[in-house]
Amino acid sequence: MGMMERMEVRTGAATAAGVSEFLTFKLGGEEYGIDILKVQEIRCYEAVTRIANAPAFIKGVVNLRGVIVPIVDLRVKFALGEARYDTFTVVIILNVAGRVVGAVVDSVSDVMELGEGHVKPAPEFNSLLDAGYIMGLGTVQSGEGERLLILVDIERLMSSPDMGLLERAAA
Amino acid sequence: MGEISNPGLQQDGFDLTQFYGVFFEEARENLANMESLLLDIDVARPSNEELNAIFRVAHSIKGGAATFGFADVASLTHELETLLDRLRRNELALKRSMVDLLLEAGDVVKAQLACYQSGTDERPPVDALIERIRKMASGQDAASGGPSAARSLRVTIGPLKSGEAADGLAELFRDIPTLGSIEALDDGVLASDGLRRFKVTTASPDLELLELFSFHVAREQVCIESFGAASAAPAASAKAPAAGAQHPDPEAAPARTTEGDGYGFFVDPKTLATQTAARAAAADAEAAHRSETRGRADKAAGGALESTTLRVDVEKVDQLINLVGELVITQAMLSQQAKDLDAVQFSALLGGITDLERNSRHLQETVMSIRMIPMAFVFNRFPRLIRDLASRLDKQIELRLVGEATEMDKGLIEKIVDPLTHLVRNSADHGIETPARRQAAGKTPHGTITLSAAHQGGSILIEVRDDGQGLRRERILDKARERGLAVRDDMSDAEVWALIWEPGFSTADQVSDVSGRGVGMDVVRRNITALNGTVELDSAEGYGTRVTVRLPLTLAIMDGMSIGVGGETYILPLASVVESFQVMPGMVQSVGATGRVVKVRDEFLPVVALDDIFNVPRQDGERGPEIMMIVEAEGRRVAALVDELLGQHQVVVKNLETNYRRVPDISGATILGDGRVALIVDTAGLVKRARH
Repeated sequence: MGMMERMEVRTGAATAAGVSEFLTFKLGGEEYGIDILKVQEIRCYEAVTRIANAPAFIKGVVNLRGVIVPIVDLRVKFALGEARYDTFTVVIILNVAGRVVGAVVDSVSDVMELGEGHVKPAPEFNSLLDAGYIMGLGTVQSGEGERLLILVDIERLMSSPDMGLLERAAA
Repeated sequence: MGEISNPGLQQDGFDLTQFYGVFFEEARENLANMESLLLDIDVARPSNEELNAIFRVAHSIKGGAATFGFADVASLTHELETLLDRLRRNELALKRSMVDLLLEAGDVVKAQLACYQSGTDERPPVDALIERIRKMASGQDAASGGPSAARSLRVTIGPLKSGEAADGLAELFRDIPTLGSIEALDDGVLASDGLRRFKVTTASPDLELLELFSFHVAREQVCIESFGAASAAPAASAKAPAAGAQHPDPEAAPARTTEGDGYGFFVDPKTLATQTAARAAAADAEAAHRSETRGRADKAAGGALESTTLRVDVEKVDQLINLVGELVITQAMLSQQAKDLDAVQFSALLGGITDLERNSRHLQETVMSIRMIPMAFVFNRFPRLIRDLASRLDKQIELRLVGEATEMDKGLIEKIVDPLTHLVRNSADHGIETPARRQAAGKTPHGTITLSAAHQGGSILIEVRDDGQGLRRERILDKARERGLAVRDDMSDAEVWALIWEPGFSTADQVSDVSGRGVGMDVVRRNITALNGTVELDSAEGYGTRVTVRLPLTLAIMDGMSIGVGGETYILPLASVVESFQVMPGMVQSVGATGRVVKVRDEFLPVVALDDIFNVPRQDGERGPEIMMIVEAEGRRVAALVDELLGQHQVVVKNLETNYRRVPDISGATILGDGRVALIVDTAGLVKRARH
């Protein structure tokens, strides 16, 4: 399946005009974007309860208004930036695959509208983040220059086997 | 408004769809009610009250279905109503075949409603069924019995202003000789309560009488009852006219009182007994009688059967639970903050906080209990299933239900129905033998299936047990070889029974329409595993089979012991804690390189260190584990090493798998008073880990 076809399949959140809204956040020096419709809320990082024998990027679980929510540190998962935890560390609470999951990122930047014209397919490359989870690469005007925005299919990523969040993935 | 495609759906521009949920819910409850009434009914002597109650069910479903435009439901229930109406008017005698037909019709209505609810277009065919009900209702199916025979009826007219209006009734009988006979029970005088009472002997159905009577008196002023039916209500109402009816006119005596309960009614010892017994109920029934219209009387009789529940959306309850959870956490935070305040200066505030703590805890417990449903919800469908199966399989099966009051979360209960049904069906089909074979084996002709539910620690235990033929080891091994599974003759029984859970495995001699197709046990196990439960099978040839389903309580309050390990807090289910003691030097001995045991009361128990199992990080120089906790699960004990005991409290068990996945040695999580999450130790897992 060609990259372009895959693009069409995955930009499910696209509005009629072909414009999608993305929540952008930073991991190290990179800027990422995820479908805003998958985001439930944004919270400060609070102390987690460690889960024994879980992978390092699964920080543990927190109590979110009575719901036990696992917290994944994307910085650890993708070896981006320094995994510091202070009052500025942000957790994006996601609603993916019928589950509530928290993702730790360095900071949340913006909500951005991107038209189809601004999203280009990602080339095949070698990285910790499998190209299969990347919906495309967007370009954002910032002042004079252009910034790169990596658009991630967060639902696919979070339910993937190597995240180990779902039962069948773990089996 | 413009077009109305379905007038039933949008009456006067009013969207009825919002009430669908309520209707479906209500109809389901009604049908379940009807089923249990039908199962309990004494075919030979059905009480009027029961028949009325069943009639009301059909009636209310019909009403709802018609309102919402579910035409086929309405037409089927209409036929049911006709049949039931004739039954409750004693125009037809209730028969076994009618009960069967009514049960069947109830199932079809259920299926129809399910179709509407899920929005599928396929509807179960009803024409044949309607035809059968019609036949039954017209009495064609009933060669003998009521419809053609003359019946004695008690007719009460009123309340009237003057007694003359009712005299027209007597004229009717004079004018139409085939109608039968009528006699006044009150000497033609209007009783003090404004009622006129008659005794009518007729072969005509009530409806016809009603039509005729309505020439003279308003329909709703006529009440027709069977004379001397063995139920409390007529007996009670008989007390009222008794005074005025002491001297029935012998001239007006009916020519043929076929039922032989004519005058004898007042001296009939049986009726007198009923009267005495029903004295308590009499006052009520009489009051209802005075208010007179049939509808009102129905309501009074049905009072006992109406449920006193409130229907609430589950989402609302869940929301409530979450809110209360937040409240408890806020309260815990307040208590924490207020701890350092001066007790004298802030006594009022501190008192208030104590009250708040107690009240919010009560509130939490109460709210949590809303989601809990007794197992009876599941168990209640089995008497019917067993009844049907037993007659289909020509077996005699007795069903025993134990622990129906055991409460379980609603979500879990709904999902356990199918696997349990399968197990019960299996027991009835494969387990219980035919009466002849049972007797040959020296057993009672009727087999027993026992369904039980009980809480055990943090889980719920459901058992399906039968005293049938049990599993045959050789058969299973043969079948397994046929299917090419690796088996040996020296396998343990448990290993052999485990083969049952293999996909496509069936040892039934022949495939019946009940079970035996081999799709089954593996599905049962898969379903139960999906609920994080386990299922075990135990069997002895000739003595029976027992299947034990163990389910975790997803939403429950549990007594827990919080323990500290390193800097972390874990919860041990209090039910599994046997004892705890301080570890003394030399108490723990090693066996082999890694095994450690401790001697407790002449018994050596394996030692598991929780900090090892949970990889708890330790700082240098920190004190090590000092407390030994003896934990019991599934009948076996281990000694768990922990740092400290923190306290004992009720915890709300939360499922980790909702948003994460199963964690080894952890059965769930809970939220502590300070809002942090603590993991609950899976004691069964600990025991297994230590023993293997």
